[in-house]
Amino acid sequence: MKSLAITIDSVRKTYGTYIALDDVSLDIKAGEFLTLLGPSGSGKTTLLMALAGFVRPDSGKLLLGDQDITRLAPNKRDIGIVFQNYALFPHMNVLANVEYPLVLRKAPRAEVRKRAFEALARVKLEDLSERNIAALSGGQRQRVALARAIVFEPRVMLMDEPLSALDKNLRETMQYEIRRLHDDLGITTIYVTHDQREALIMSDRIVVMNSGRIQQIDTPQRIYNHPSTRFVAEFMGEANIIAPGLVRRIDGVDASPEALMIRAESFHLDAKLAGRDGVALEGTLRAKAFRGENWLLTLVLDGGQEVLVCIPAALASGCAELATGQSMTAFASAAKVHAIPGART
Amino acid sequence: MADPALAADARRERRFFLSLSLPALFIVGLAAILPILWIIRQSFLTTGGEYSLGNYDKVLSSGLTWSALVTTLELSFGTLAICTLLGTPLALALASARPRVANLLMAFVMLPLWTSILVRTYGWLVLLRRDGLINAALTDSGLTAEPLPLVYNFTGTLIGMVHYMLPLFLLPVYAAMRDIDANLIRAAASMGATLGQTIRTVILPLSAGGIFSGSIIVFIYTLGFFITPAVLGGGKVNPLSTRIERTLSTFQDWGSASVLGILLLVVMALIGVMFLAARRLLTRNGAAHA
Amino acid sequence: MLEAYPDNRLSRICLWGFSALVMAFLMLPTLVVVPLSFSASDLLEFPPRAYSLRWYDHFFGSATWMAALRTSLILGTLTAMLAVPLGLLACISINRLGGKAAVAIQGILLTPSIVPGILLAIGLFFVLAAQRLVGTLFGVLVGHVVLAIPVVCIVLLPALARFDWNQVQAARSLGANWARAIGGIIVPQLQISLLSAILMAFLTSLDESVISIFVSSGQNSTLPKLMFISLRDQIDPTIAAISTVWTAIVVVVVLIVTSRQKS
Repeated sequence: MKSLAITIDSVRKTYGTYIALDDVSLDIKAGEFLTLLGPSGSGKTTLLMALAGFVRPDSGKLLLGDQDITRLAPNKRDIGIVFQNYALFPHMNVLANVEYPLVLRKAPRAEVRKRAFEALARVKLEDLSERNIAALSGGQRQRVALARAIVFEPRVMLMDEPLSALDKNLRETMQYEIRRLHDDLGITTIYVTHDQREALIMSDRIVVMNSGRIQQIDTPQRIYNHPSTRFVAEFMGEANIIAPGLVRRIDGVDASPEALMIRAESFHLDAKLAGRDGVALEGTLRAKAFRGENWLLTLVLDGGQEVLVCIPAALASGCAELATGQSMTAFASAAKVHAIPGART
Repeated sequence: MADPALAADARRERRFFLSLSLPALFIVGLAAILPILWIIRQSFLTTGGEYSLGNYDKVLSSGLTWSALVTTLELSFGTLAICTLLGTPLALALASARPRVANLLMAFVMLPLWTSILVRTYGWLVLLRRDGLINAALTDSGLTAEPLPLVYNFTGTLIGMVHYMLPLFLLPVYAAMRDIDANLIRAAASMGATLGQTIRTVILPLSAGGIFSGSIIVFIYTLGFFITPAVLGGGKVNPLSTRIERTLSTFQDWGSASVLGILLLVVMALIGVMFLAARRLLTRNGAAHA
Repeated sequence: MLEAYPDNRLSRICLWGFSALVMAFLMLPTLVVVPLSFSASDLLEFPPRAYSLRWYDHFFGSATWMAALRTSLILGTLTAMLAVPLGLLACISINRLGGKAAVAIQGILLTPSIVPGILLAIGLFFVLAAQRLVGTLFGVLVGHVVLAIPVVCIVLLPALARFDWNQVQAARSLGANWARAIGGIIVPQLQISLLSAILMAFLTSLDESVISIFVSSGQNSTLPKLMFISLRDQIDPTIAAISTVWTAIVVVVVLIVTSRQKS
């Protein structure tokens, strides 16, 4: 199966005065697993639906390989789609759902059967081929939707929050399985989610979107550790954006003149763990909460800014004795301190 | 800048969806809109085929027209009044029943809806005649000495119309009462409201929307009711509808029949406006829950 | 709903007593007609003193009544066959267009259900007379289809609103064109609502009398029209027999459709 690259070239979509997509441009490499990540209303699903052909952009171009698909009807795009609620046909059984795209393509009867079973085997559902959709569990429906999306060997695959309806454990299994399926087939995949953990776990690259715009395109590690905007920093986890001047370097050198991003879990209470070139924050303890694997402390700096400090339970032997109102210092190593140019606190 | 080709595609898709309704629009236009326009045109045509207000002059100066109008309104408002009196308590009883019982009873209540209006009219004829079942029961039991005139008059027509409208009135009222959160009733009771107070201050205001819808349905149907007055009225009850038919079949007077038809439309429109105004008033007072 | 008032037994007994009377009022005419149809007497006596099937013989032996019955059944079938596809397409259109266009289309399509039947009847009579189509099956059929379209829309619009449009998008993404998406995905999934719509359209036509009275005539007179004429002229238990057959047909059709829907 030859997978294709996708080019999104300044795509714009408005609904009245509401701008759903604000000149979005993006290149996806052939065979890549790319995640569109953002809160609801960020435009990620609109972008996916534009690729699928269900949302018509006002302007811009969509390319599949070299082919311009901007104006192509959805049924001629050959794109495999896994919908948020799966959109399985309840009036057909599992096998008929998976055979459906092949029947539409007028494949010979025997081949239809054979390929449908191959696709079902890939998702380990060949035993349930005669089941009704209503008789399937959430996870099984998810697999049928996957089988139906891959059975006609589409050139790219789009997934719209496919795991949002599943419970946490099943979700983690399916994350792994979807990624494995992608690696086996080598098919270019665009995956939409609002769950940052899911995006970090699954993706080759993540595109963080907000208000119809792309905020950052990068590998999971860089998105997490080196967010380019305040929005990305805060969306990806418990991030503290600290105004310049409130942070002092342990070795005495002045900290950067720009706003700094330090994740809550980057802090230590022991200066030795932060190293000589690390930074220190002094404040008073406002609140503390035990969260199982860690403690969450809320510090108030002199200027009144709140800072979240997350200490792993294993290193937090003294946390239980801390009293609110007492003054304390949190340390972070230099590698975990990231300047965000232009970000205001 | 919007891409013109993409905008054209969007328009084409819209046209495609629009075109799906064209066959239905065409036939409705042909057999409902066109005939009404035709009636309007006809009302201005003399028998010679010239345009004039002669038909209006003739119809509106006739006492028969005005008595027909009064009969129409009497029948409609009378039907509505009786439907409200009979239907609201019945809806309350059904809404307070257990779901299984309520569903079963609703099936019986809806039975008339599945019966042809002519079958029902015939049934009422048999029941209400001078020597019919009801008069026989009344005289035999000694309640009345003489058989009462129950049919071929206003009373008979009203009975037939109430019987036709009651299930249709009941449906929205019942639905509205069914939707009332049982906790609201419990809350009212816990605050010391008696059953009567709860009905008056909680249940009825919350079902006002349903009663309102039911009333609209009653008017839409009864203003133009034809079969029931024509049969159970025995020629003595003549609302606009039977007057139209008489004008057409006895006098072949298309022009006058059209004017009467337009009069009927105007009455409907006026009552419609009245209802809209009433609804606005109700919603402003926060009492309408449609 | 009133279980918050367990002590108001008297009120409840009054409420249910009153309701029982109202329900009796609703069922009374139908309950009278059926026994009467089996009466052996020429008189409309109730309860009948002797029973017979003579009025059924009279009905089934009459060429006029049989022609009317046939006309009505044919009209009902044709009405359902035309009104349901037209209504379905229109509902898809309304559902997809949204906004002012949808409101306008819906408004036009619902007009026939608001305009008094007598006006539609005489208007249609005028139009058909000008085309010399009065008395033809076509004339009545058009009238019935127009009356059935709003009924079909009222059944199908909420069903389409509940329908998961992702299904159609999924079918489209898998390679289906519009015709296949409508025929292969929408129609099978709206099956139950479509059956209701067919039933309602059929019954609308079957029960329609005013347009029939004005527009149908002779061989193409419908059963309601003939019943109307004989109710005005003379009433004998033949009408009771017809009414019973009529109600039985409707009940059977309703039962068949509802049992289909359940299975």
